[in-house]
Amino acid sequence: MEHHAIDIQALRRGSLKPEQGTPPTSLAVNQLNLFYNDSQALYDINLEIPRQRVTAFIGPSGCGKSSLLRCINRMNDLVDGCRVQGELLLEGEDIYHPRVDVASLRRRVGMVFQKPNPFPKSIYENVAYGLRIQGINKKRVLDEVVEKSLRAAALWDEVKDRLHESALGMSGGQQQRLVIARTIAVEPEVLLLDEPASALDPISTLKIEELIYELKSRYTIVIVTHNMQQAARVSDMTAFMYMGKLVEVDTTDNLFTNPAKKQTEDYITGRYG
Amino acid sequence: MLQQDSYKQHISAQFNAELEAVKNHLLEMGGMVEQQISRAIESLLNRDSGLAEEIINNDELVNQLEISIDEECSRILARRQPAASDLRLVFTISKVTTDLERIGDEASKIARQAVRLSEEGGSPSNFVEIRHIGSYVTTMLRKSLDAFARLDVDMAVDTIVSDRSVDTEYATAMRSLITFMMEDPRTIGPVINEMWALRSLERVGDHASNISEHVVYLVRGLDVRHIEPDEVVAQVEESRRRD
Repeated sequence: MEHHAIDIQALRRGSLKPEQGTPPTSLAVNQLNLFYNDSQALYDINLEIPRQRVTAFIGPSGCGKSSLLRCINRMNDLVDGCRVQGELLLEGEDIYHPRVDVASLRRRVGMVFQKPNPFPKSIYENVAYGLRIQGINKKRVLDEVVEKSLRAAALWDEVKDRLHESALGMSGGQQQRLVIARTIAVEPEVLLLDEPASALDPISTLKIEELIYELKSRYTIVIVTHNMQQAARVSDMTAFMYMGKLVEVDTTDNLFTNPAKKQTEDYITGRYG
Repeated sequence: MLQQDSYKQHISAQFNAELEAVKNHLLEMGGMVEQQISRAIESLLNRDSGLAEEIINNDELVNQLEISIDEECSRILARRQPAASDLRLVFTISKVTTDLERIGDEASKIARQAVRLSEEGGSPSNFVEIRHIGSYVTTMLRKSLDAFARLDVDMAVDTIVSDRSVDTEYATAMRSLITFMMEDPRTIGPVINEMWALRSLERVGDHASNISEHVVYLVRGLDVRHIEPDEVVAQVEESRRRD
């Protein structure tokens, strides 16, 4: 539990919060431009994403937030006619360098999509899947990882008695947490979440948000959301994008109480459009 | 109606922690202000200008707490969009900080009178009124903060009702101090200083009563500002009948 006693020294500095250093950068985006054939989707994006924090991308549909997210694990490579210029450094290494192995990059950078997409297998096999394709088949190891991942995804207590039943029989919220468990089973460094709760009911949404909050102690998390309030609730940093450009990035506290740009203000207060 | 442990029941543990933290910060501010007032009275009664200076310096911390707690409130409003009892809690906290900060200002004013009185010598009244009203309003302040901490509407209503006695006592004290001045014009200087200090104490009672009104709003969602104490009692009873 947090300690509530007032820190008089901090108070004299003008704050109730103890001084915090800035966390190190996990991902650095430098002058990134993205093209789909002739049309440009992202313009000169510069952004630093801190390690073990939650960074949210917000903005209207088509602003490029999902495109930017997909650049981080090179999902855009799968799109015909897609071209990326500029740098995207994960822990200082350019992920678009020709020598980078995309499969191993995607192990380091896991992704969860809007619609829960469990495999038509048992709950257990869904979580063990990533390890099996790495050639790990020892039951003891798999059991351990499955339990650890399901616990981390706040799902263990709900499914521990039916691990070998089909994942497709779970509720939407449970399926999404299962997909998160599957993603973290291979111990990625970064978790990309693309609208992870938009297909879920409000209570499941809050559970996912609580899970995100807990997971950030171990992972760098980047989330794209249409739901500004969700960004306000879960993230530490928020980046507002509009028409392929990064308009403003700041701590979520600042961005939602006192944004620097009028465009940001208009969007988060519902004056946009 | 708001119940004692309802802050701890959100799905988001972080939201629980934020509400708990801001609530505790407010209570700490309350404790700090309570101490400022009782020490200010002490400095006046003992004509201790050293203690009085300390109180005047500490007011800066009270001011800073008001700012910081309000910042916390605006952060919670922006990030959590609290509803119902959570909304009332955040709103109430932000209002109570204003009253507490003003009580802090009154403590400084009393301390300033203490400095003056220690220079000019004592008052012919022997500070009987200060002692009396001082202990009355510090009790009111403590009860209003306890009422907030325990969400105790009865205690809050009690405090609101008792503010009336402070007003009566204040009027009586004024009359008796005027008598001193009429009897001996040399006492006018110190007695006026004493009157200022009394005025501050009377204001503390008003602020304590405001805090209690906010507690009634917090717990029962009833706005009982600007109405007579009897009417407050009646409205609270009426709302209980509807539970």
